[in-house]
Parts: sequence; C-alpha cells; structure tokens
Amino acid sequence: MRKLALSDDILMQVEKPARYIGNEVNSVMKDKNKVDVRFVMCFPDVYEIGMSHLGIQILYSMFNAWEDVWCERVYSPWTDLDAVMRREHIPLFGLESQEPVKNADFLGITIQYEMCYTNILQVLDLAQIPLLAKERGEDMPIVIGGGPCSYNPEPIADFFDLFYIGEGETQYRPLLDWYLENKKRGGSRLDFLKGAAKIPGIYVPQFYEEVYKEDGTVKERKKLCEEAPDKILKEIVTDVSDCHYPMKPVVPFIKVTQDRVVLEIQRGCIRGCRFCQAGQLYRPVRERDVDKLKEYAVEMLQNTGHEEISLSSLSSSDYSKLDELLDFLIDECGRKHTNISLPSLRIDAFSLDVMSKVQDVKKSSLTFAPEAGSQRLRDVINKGLTEEVILKGAALAFEGGWTRVKLYFMLGLPTETEEDIRGIGDLSNKIAATFFDTVPKDKRVNGKVQIVTSTSFFIPKPFTPFQWAPMCTKEQFLEKAYQTKQGIMAQLNQKSIKYNWHEADVSVLEGVFARGDRRVARVILEAYRRGCIFDSWSEYFHNDVWLSCFEDCGLDIAFYTTRERADDEIFPWDFLDCGVTRAFLLREWKKAQSETVSQNCRSQCQGCGANRFGVGVCTESD
Amino acid sequence: MKIRIKFAKYGAMKFIGHLDMMRFFQKAIRRAGIDVKYSAGFSPHQIMSFASPLGVGLESTGEYMDIEVNSMTTTEALKEALNGAMVEGVEILSVGVLPDTVKNAMASVAAASYRLQSKNGAFAIPNPEETVCAFYAQETIPYTKETKKSVIQLDLKQGIYDVRMETGASLFMTVNASSSGNIKPSMVFEKLCEFAGAEIPAAAYQITRLETYTDLAGEGAPHRFVPLSACCTEESQAECY
Repeated sequence: MRKLALSDDILMQVEKPARYIGNEVNSVMKDKNKVDVRFVMCFPDVYEIGMSHLGIQILYSMFNAWEDVWCERVYSPWTDLDAVMRREHIPLFGLESQEPVKNADFLGITIQYEMCYTNILQVLDLAQIPLLAKERGEDMPIVIGGGPCSYNPEPIADFFDLFYIGEGETQYRPLLDWYLENKKRGGSRLDFLKGAAKIPGIYVPQFYEEVYKEDGTVKERKKLCEEAPDKILKEIVTDVSDCHYPMKPVVPFIKVTQDRVVLEIQRGCIRGCRFCQAGQLYRPVRERDVDKLKEYAVEMLQNTGHEEISLSSLSSSDYSKLDELLDFLIDECGRKHTNISLPSLRIDAFSLDVMSKVQDVKKSSLTFAPEAGSQRLRDVINKGLTEEVILKGAALAFEGGWTRVKLYFMLGLPTETEEDIRGIGDLSNKIAATFFDTVPKDKRVNGKVQIVTSTSFFIPKPFTPFQWAPMCTKEQFLEKAYQTKQGIMAQLNQKSIKYNWHEADVSVLEGVFARGDRRVARVILEAYRRGCIFDSWSEYFHNDVWLSCFEDCGLDIAFYTTRERADDEIFPWDFLDCGVTRAFLLREWKKAQSETVSQNCRSQCQGCGANRFGVGVCTESD
Repeated sequence: MKIRIKFAKYGAMKFIGHLDMMRFFQKAIRRAGIDVKYSAGFSPHQIMSFASPLGVGLESTGEYMDIEVNSMTTTEALKEALNGAMVEGVEILSVGVLPDTVKNAMASVAAASYRLQSKNGAFAIPNPEETVCAFYAQETIPYTKETKKSVIQLDLKQGIYDVRMETGASLFMTVNASSSGNIKPSMVFEKLCEFAGAEIPAAAYQITRLETYTDLAGEGAPHRFVPLSACCTEESQAECY
C-alpha cells in the first residue's frame, strides 16, 4: 500500500484531507524505477478548483499514455496545511507517489488567472525549489509555465525556467525527448534550456533582457544567447478531432467545482469581442468531429461513473453540429439517468427547447451577457447582441415558464459614458417589463420575475484590441458601480432587479499583472514574502499589503493600468506571436473608437492573421 | 430486488468522509454497469442506504450498504463487477440478496464492534486488563456529550455490551450503534483514560470497526446480535425473519 506523505495526525487536523491523499479513480500509478521522466503538473489553487480544469486532465492523460513518463498532480495546499508544512518543513509532494515534487524532472504549472501568481511562489517554496529560476541548481526540476497568462509571462518570468506558449498537445514529446537526450549526453541544465529554446513554442526568459526607456515603457528586448529566437509563435493543434483526449479523467472523491464529464466541442471562437482575450488567443476556431464527440461522451461516462456531462467551448451555439450532438446526448443521458449541464447558449427557440428538456425550468435561470448597457457601447466592444434579440429571447423564455434571468455587464469599457451605464438599468427594467407583458397575471408563478444584474470591472488584456486602452482607477470603478445601482433603483420594476458588483481592488491588481513587465516580479515576490497567498480568495486578499509592496518596490500602479498606450508602444508581450497580428488588433482598436462592428469569422474574414495556420474556420468553404 | 453489500475501508480511504463515500459508490455502481434502481422525480437518484456512517480516520472490515436493482445475474458476479470499480482501500467483501421484509441497513443497525489499536505497540494505560475490567464494572459511566445546540448527559454503561483487552495492546468493544443510541468508540476510550488517570494521546491509536450487527431478540429480551449480512437469503442463511 502507498505510504502517505502526511501523517494521520496532520491529515486529521486539516480541512478536507481528501485533497492530499491521491488514490482517485483513474489516477495513474507507475513504478518510478521504470520511467525515464517524472513530470508533476500543478494548478496553483486549491484542489477543488484545480481538479476542475480540463487542460490538466488532457495533459495528464497524454503524458501517462507515454510509457517512459509518469505524470503526477499537485495543487496548492490550503492555508491550514500550508502552515503545518512550513512549521514542520514537509516538502510539497505529488499526489500519486506522495514523494517530494523536487525529485521530479519537471514541474509544469498552468496559469489560468493573474491572481494565482503568489500561489505559484507558494508551490515552489513548499516544494523547496528556489523561487528564482537563476538560483536553481542542476538537481532541481525544470519549472514550466503554460496557459493563458503565459501570453504575457513577463511579470512572472523570473520564476520560470521556460514557458510553453500555446496548446500543449504538440511540443511536449519533442521537449521531453530533448531532455532525455541531453541527460544521456551529460549536458547541463543550461544546455537543456538552450536546446529547448530552439523548440517551437518554447520561451526561455533568462535568455532575454528587457530594456526600458526613460518614460518606463519598453525600449527593446536584448537576447542574451544566440539560441534564443526573436519571436515565438504559439503552438496550435491542427486537427482537434485527431488529438489526445482524456477518456479516463481522474474522478475526485470530494465535490469539486466541475464535478462532471467535460466534452470540449471546439477550440476558439468566431465572434471577436474586443475585450476578450480567449477569443484572440485560440484562433482559429476548430470544431471537433461530432461522431467522435458522441463516442467520447459514452466512453467517458462509462469510465468515470459521473452523473453529469457538460459541453465546453467559448461559444457553444456556434458549433455547427450542436443540434445533432444535443439530440444524441439527451437520448443517451435520458436512458442512463445522466444530467446534461448546458454551457451558456444563445437564447433562442432552439436552446430554450433543449433547456426545457434537460433542466427543471422552475429552478433554472437564463443567462444573457450583453456586457454593455447601450447599443453604442456594444458596437464598440463588438458584442453582436442587440436589445431586440435579448427581449425576444426573454419573452420566449417567460412563455416557456422561466422566471429567473441573469445579466452580465462590464463597467469601465473604453469610451463608456454615463448614458451607457444608465442603459444597464434600462435594459434590466425592459426585461422585467417583458415578463409582465408576456405572462398573464393568473399564470405568474409567485407573481414574480427575478432579474439578477451583475457587473464586473473591465481589465484590458494583452493580444486584444483593447491592449492599448486605459483602465479605470479604483475610484472610477466604484463610482460607476454606484451609478449603475442608482440607475437600477430609478427603474419602475426595480423591485424585480437585484444588483451585484465585484470588488475593485483585485481588479486593479489584475490589471497590473495582465499588462505588467518584468519589474512587476519583484512586487509579487515581496508580497509573497509578506504573506500574500490565495489572492483570488477575498478572505485572503490583503490590498493594503499589496499597495505597500508597490510603494516599497518603487513601482507605480497607474503606469500599468490607467495609462493610454501610444499606437507604436512596444509591449512587454510583443515578442510572442499568438497568430493574430498586431496590425489587425490595432485596426480593431481604431474601429472600436469609431463604433464600427466587425463581422464574425464565419460571415467574413477580417484578416486577423490566424489563417496562416491553414486550419479550422479559415479553411471552411462557404 | 434488495441487495446488501458488505465492504471494508482502510488505508488512505479512511480520510474519505461518509457523504463522499456515498458519492464514490454511486459512481462505482455506474462504472460497474449494475442495473441499479433509481428513484422517481425530476432528478432521480440511486436507491441506496448505508448502515452507519463511519467517522473520518476510522478503518472498517464491517461496513454495509443496501441498494435496489432491477436485475442481476448472480451475487458473485455483482461482487466481482463492483470490486472491479473500487480503488485501493475499499474492498467488497460479500454481496447478498435481502428478503423484502427486512428493514433497510440503516434501520437494522443495533450494535458495532471496534478494535482500538495502538500505533506504536504500547498501550497508554497501566495494567490494562484489570483496569478495563474495573472500568466496565462501574455502575454507571456518565458522559457529557456536547453538540452545537445542546449538552446531553449520557450513561455509556447502557450501551457498552462488551469491552476487554486483546493480545497485542488492543482494546476490543461492542457498543450500541443504533441511530438513537450510537456510542463512538472514542467516547469509551476517553472515559477509560479518564478512569485510569491517563492522558489521551491524540491520533496514536487506530480504530477499526470490525462488524456491524442487527439485534434478533424481541423487545425486552436479551440481545442477540448477528452481523447485518446474516439477513441475506443468499451468501449466508437468514435468521432475520
């Protein structure tokens, strides 16, 4: 039997010990003496969040399908265990082997959101791996970063030996092969990194230096080693139907956020909303073959025993075979007492019909994401949802028996005016009014409709048309939230509308990290040293500590957030190529300012540059 | 058809709580392809009843769960299929068919036996055999149970049916495990340590539930404890009806 890394004593005193024992169904055990490479995959947040991530399940399954590799998992120990491990000097361990992470060849960290940056340091620290890549000796694991935040890796560049830019399915085998070859040759860590830098999609931060102008912006990037390429193009899977899919995902014992089979139906999005980073990063849209998806669904439900299946994509309604897939799933799942959890679909007659089949209409709610309150601002952000479409969808839904509607908006979008903000209240009110117009009095359940309007604060992200845009200050954000609240309170149907808004402090910080440069690393390091971890958990977020760290490190938050960038400013992430050209993004930025919409990829190519990959929607014939 | 399943739980699995074990079995039953019966309604769930929740940290060789199936081949095949869907630390020990007249697992439970084993080989009480005898010979063993809502005074003596030392520095006990009068083995141990004037060493002991019993005796008659599996018509002969 496996020996656990933590004593019974410790496991009995921490919350949810199941987070740390491994042994889950479909977790993979191997003989460590019979593999050549040991890889530990990390999601730097608590187990329940990390276990819900599809990307890790894909890579875990792919790595373990290779006979010479053993891939394990590790997540951030929760604060209770964190304290015990520090006190008793217990090294962080892989869930499968229960052995120290520092004994592995690689530690791969997926970076899904900026607010996990201090957790990356927590993981390294608990693993007893030096926090700075430069300080790691020959016997330390190679620390790799990946995921959406690696598209601006600079604020955390110092902590990583290398970043893998793009989709993980393509270059890991060449990377591991090079690792083994270098080892056989007796090559050093530096030799490995130099060779790795030549592999497509691999970025080795220590081979570059960022040089700044007097005004603080980037002057140039200096290469410190000839193996390092000038530009790094993201990796992309050309045939998504024929790439690895985790048929036996790990099934956690405890309830996790995504406690179901996840079926990725497509990658990318045709829509081109100008605030959305994912919509640019994962271009072009590539659909998975519907027959394969049906097979996957059946087999994965069988292999996991999950009671629920969910579809995953950025915009499921755009999947061309959605009807066929849903018909199949409704039939299959009905026979097997399996639930279908639907991703946010465009609300129309078709989706309402599907939803009424798989959900309890009385208990479920409908979601619209207009993102902006007025048509003018929706044109600016290129969100092709009109008020007419929303109200028509709402009317249909109310006729179908739904009484709960969720609305998502962003505050602080470029060019936003008070009138746009008033539009949020107006639209919420019109939806409530639609209910009263549509549903006769005697048919109203409890006589009520419930509208929940939520706003988040807009944060400009790299590789979007808004990467040039200024972000609001905390005070501006809060003022906008106040105006939104006032706008809603002034409505006739205000009693039917509930308003939620996000914290502003975290958004400001996220804004710094999103478009930060290498200098930001020292603030992150300092905040970690002063005790910041789990910043995405409001109960552990200490804004005052962060503010004092910026001050003590001599960095100005406003430089990264509220400053409008010149068209030709060099960005810290410009050395990466996400497939979409800077010229296209700039064009879109100009179009946004002139309130001009762009067609989606399927209607008319906008020449973003992603057609160079020659796949997906770019090769669809009309 | 009602099926009674007996299983063991040990090793890392002792850290999986009762509700998560239920979830684990629901998924395992689906993986094993068992034709389990579902409840009616908008969100149907498997018809499943656990005998008695096992505390986190405890191991067991005598856990029970009842399910209902629409069809099955043999109890042996069902056991094999389920064992194929287990993880290290959970083992299906036996599967039997229950007569319809038998109460479900939870309602059937009357008592359970436990072993409390020192993890380092030493038992923290001096002269354990005599001390345990003297402890059990007390007229009453009052215990104050504090819950979130209230403080209850119990007499443990009523619910301890047997308690004695075994060879190898372990304490054996059979205690009430019914839903109304359940006694945790740690409560008995706590009182024993108090009686012996010894410190209670945290987590230095591993507690194992050995068996879960139902009581065949009628109202007022002396207890007749038999394992819950004895109620099955197959596997072992039934005495329960």
